[in-house]
Amino acid sequence: MSKGLLQYLTATVLRMMALLIAVTMLSFFLVHNAPMDPVDAFLGEVTVSEEQRAQIAEHWGLNRSPVEQYLIWVNNTLHGDMGESLTFHEPVTKVLGERFRASLLLMGTAWILSGVLGMILGIIAGVYKDRWPDRIIKTFSLLLASTPVFWIGLLVLMVFAVELQWFPLGLAVPIGKVESDVTWLERLHHLVLPALTLSITGIANIVLHTRQKLIDVMESEYVLFARARGESLKELVLRHGLRNIALPAVTLQFASISELFGGSVLAERVFSYPGLGSTAVVAGMHADAPLLIGIALFSALFVFAGNLTANILYGVIDPQIREGGGIDG
Amino acid sequence: MDRDILLDVRHLSVGFESYNAKVEKVFFNAISDLNLTVHKGEIVAIVGSSGSGKSLLAHAVMNILPDNARTGGQMFYKGEELTPDVMNRLRGHEIAFIPQSVAFLDPLMQVGDQVVGTLGEKARGLQQKAFSHFGLKQQVANLYPFQLSGGMARRVLLSTSYVTETEMIIADEPTPGLDLKIAIEALRDFRVQADQGKGVILITHDIDLALNVADKIAIFYDGRVVETADTQTFRGDGQGLKHPYSQALFHALPQNGFNLPRCPKCGATCATWNVDEKGMRCGCGNS
Amino acid sequence: MANEKFLKVKSEGLNRRRKILLIIFSGVIILAGVCLWGIALDPSRYAPNYEARRLAPSLLHLFGTDNLGRDMFYRTVCGLSTSIQIGLLSALISSFIALALGSMSAVFGGKVDQMVSFMVDLCMGVPHLILLILISIAVGGGAAGVITGVAVTHWPNLTRVIRAEVMQVRSAQYVQIARKLGKSNWHIAAKHIVPHVFPQYLVGLILLFPHAILHEAAITFLGYGLPLDTPAVGVILAESMKHLATGMWWLAFFPGIALLLMTQLFDVVGDYLKILIDPHSARQ
Repeated sequence: MSKGLLQYLTATVLRMMALLIAVTMLSFFLVHNAPMDPVDAFLGEVTVSEEQRAQIAEHWGLNRSPVEQYLIWVNNTLHGDMGESLTFHEPVTKVLGERFRASLLLMGTAWILSGVLGMILGIIAGVYKDRWPDRIIKTFSLLLASTPVFWIGLLVLMVFAVELQWFPLGLAVPIGKVESDVTWLERLHHLVLPALTLSITGIANIVLHTRQKLIDVMESEYVLFARARGESLKELVLRHGLRNIALPAVTLQFASISELFGGSVLAERVFSYPGLGSTAVVAGMHADAPLLIGIALFSALFVFAGNLTANILYGVIDPQIREGGGIDG
Repeated sequence: MDRDILLDVRHLSVGFESYNAKVEKVFFNAISDLNLTVHKGEIVAIVGSSGSGKSLLAHAVMNILPDNARTGGQMFYKGEELTPDVMNRLRGHEIAFIPQSVAFLDPLMQVGDQVVGTLGEKARGLQQKAFSHFGLKQQVANLYPFQLSGGMARRVLLSTSYVTETEMIIADEPTPGLDLKIAIEALRDFRVQADQGKGVILITHDIDLALNVADKIAIFYDGRVVETADTQTFRGDGQGLKHPYSQALFHALPQNGFNLPRCPKCGATCATWNVDEKGMRCGCGNS
Repeated sequence: MANEKFLKVKSEGLNRRRKILLIIFSGVIILAGVCLWGIALDPSRYAPNYEARRLAPSLLHLFGTDNLGRDMFYRTVCGLSTSIQIGLLSALISSFIALALGSMSAVFGGKVDQMVSFMVDLCMGVPHLILLILISIAVGGGAAGVITGVAVTHWPNLTRVIRAEVMQVRSAQYVQIARKLGKSNWHIAAKHIVPHVFPQYLVGLILLFPHAILHEAAITFLGYGLPLDTPAVGVILAESMKHLATGMWWLAFFPGIALLLMTQLFDVVGDYLKILIDPHSARQ
């Protein structure tokens, strides 16, 4: 590893650490600023005496200053304790872990599907610039880019689950079945529609980006020269096109994890899929502060992991960063 | 038909469609009614100021103009009409193009692989030979374009024409950035190749350099060739030159005393001349 | 002399410009029309009517009726109008934030620039919907929550654009010359920077609307935005979910299509405005 790359990576990691700290502060501030009383939210319909309320507040440290509460939270989190979810009455870390596994399957499938399909479609559109395959792909992508995820989810549900009845209406596993009895096939069966919905919305971005980048590359002087040296269209796309669009496309796909996460909140809601996204919605409804902060931190961590991967990829693949400066002479 | 004619360009015009500030479609004419003939064994230098459209001529011949370009006229290669299809077949094999800057190299590909191109490993030896010919270390093959100095990049570009058996070479400004020794070596190479019966088009803004190696000099001005003259005509007193712009260029050469033509009426030097095939007039409109 | 070389290609050019202006104009008229129609609409038009429940789309009820017999067409019109108003307000606030941060970043540079860039990264670092949920909770939900949420999450892109534009114009030669000539900063800002940046700002603002509207619908759909009794597209679509299994497809289909068309219209207006401002982009 060269010195340039090391410096670059250190700077990136430090910046991301600072951002993560800022995210926790921001979410802590927002949640604690909420007018909803967490004790009320916790108790729900149950009535208790003032004394008991005070005890609960004391137990959670609600009577301390926000800064103190934040520092306690940071200290506990560093020791692996993110508090207890008010909604699920389980440790936040446990809830996050379980829900994230389901989400990861959903988001991972959608991520790969949209990335691969998007790049292929983008390359086709770029090669056939301004001809009918391009026009169709481009129009379709532009349309998808401004279509709400949840509406696509509703349409998909109506067509494939209600009308055709090919797939179940929702959830990650069949109703009434014990977790351990669920087969992989059943999981897959429940995964198809939400993953399809989520990938459809992610695809537009990568198609349009790949298309534009390929067009730029094909109009570049180095492709002109390669053409002048007798390379065929196929050779141009394979030798120069892919080489020059792969890095930005993969980077973009990693950087789009934030949108993927946002989309998963909606898709999970539509399909009642018990992942992190639908959990966030429920946690918000119940003013479940520990869980909300946990989810915010976790989603930020996830997004940053994506960005970090993108940055590292850039550093490792792009020779300009990898090899540092040029040779004089 | 002269059997020695390699490339014959007749009435070539190149223009571009674009949109102006009012979103109106406009047509910009970059080259108009250009004629040029290159024989076997001949170096034709195309001399003109920077930005006068010389590179476009090369791009037009190679059929690598952008999509919004429109061309007119005809081109013949060895007597056969040079249609886009014919050109697509010839380029890279019979006709080699040497571009003018490092931007013509793929930024993410090692330059050795770029010189080899699509010829595969069988051309690796030729690439190594070309590199040593131009004084490049063999390790340079593993570098990326951004790691090259201007002179190195130029030599890599020159090397690309060495890996194929070409009949014709079109070199766009091949010398700037090279030190004198290498520059002379590169030009001598063109001479050697021409003497073997190839045709060379040398595009340059440096008339002195053209005078050193070329057989013929085409004076390029504002999208047209105003005069094609044997290099001999530029020696001596320059009386053989027919066009006033060529004569003006001749008299502006250092060895001829840096004389700039003056308008007999307003007395201004070159800045405002209008030049076409017939002659040269001052912008003041008096002459 | 150079001018002689630019030949105008017949009169096609003028028609094209006129056509673009016409498209922009009609887009704005339609959007404004829907917005005003929704405001002026008599709520009795979409009041519950138990005699006309669960009707499929017909000439009488273009988008059908729902479980309570409410006319879905008028509800949708009203919902779109609400969306446009909220989108307008939050996009405007967001664009002001972008204008302030982007210009500050470009003018002061250094620490301020780093600070703004950090804020951009922070805002992009948390998935927008999570941030919207947090903000909505912090503000106490309702329309205020939606507007605040959307406004404070949508400025990063435009901030970058404005920063780049201001930097570019600041380093431009004519501004450098004006500075050398001793023109005041206010003079330079008013004469050079504002006229250069404003068009880009306007395009950015218009292209912000669709995002703002979609996020408004999304957060409302999740139950955090507008109250359930407002006829908002998000509320309508959330309600439609309960009736999907019973085959009332029109409850989700038409309001969604209408929302999509509206965001497309905003995109069209923004894109054509961009062509007017920067004709070179017309080639693409």
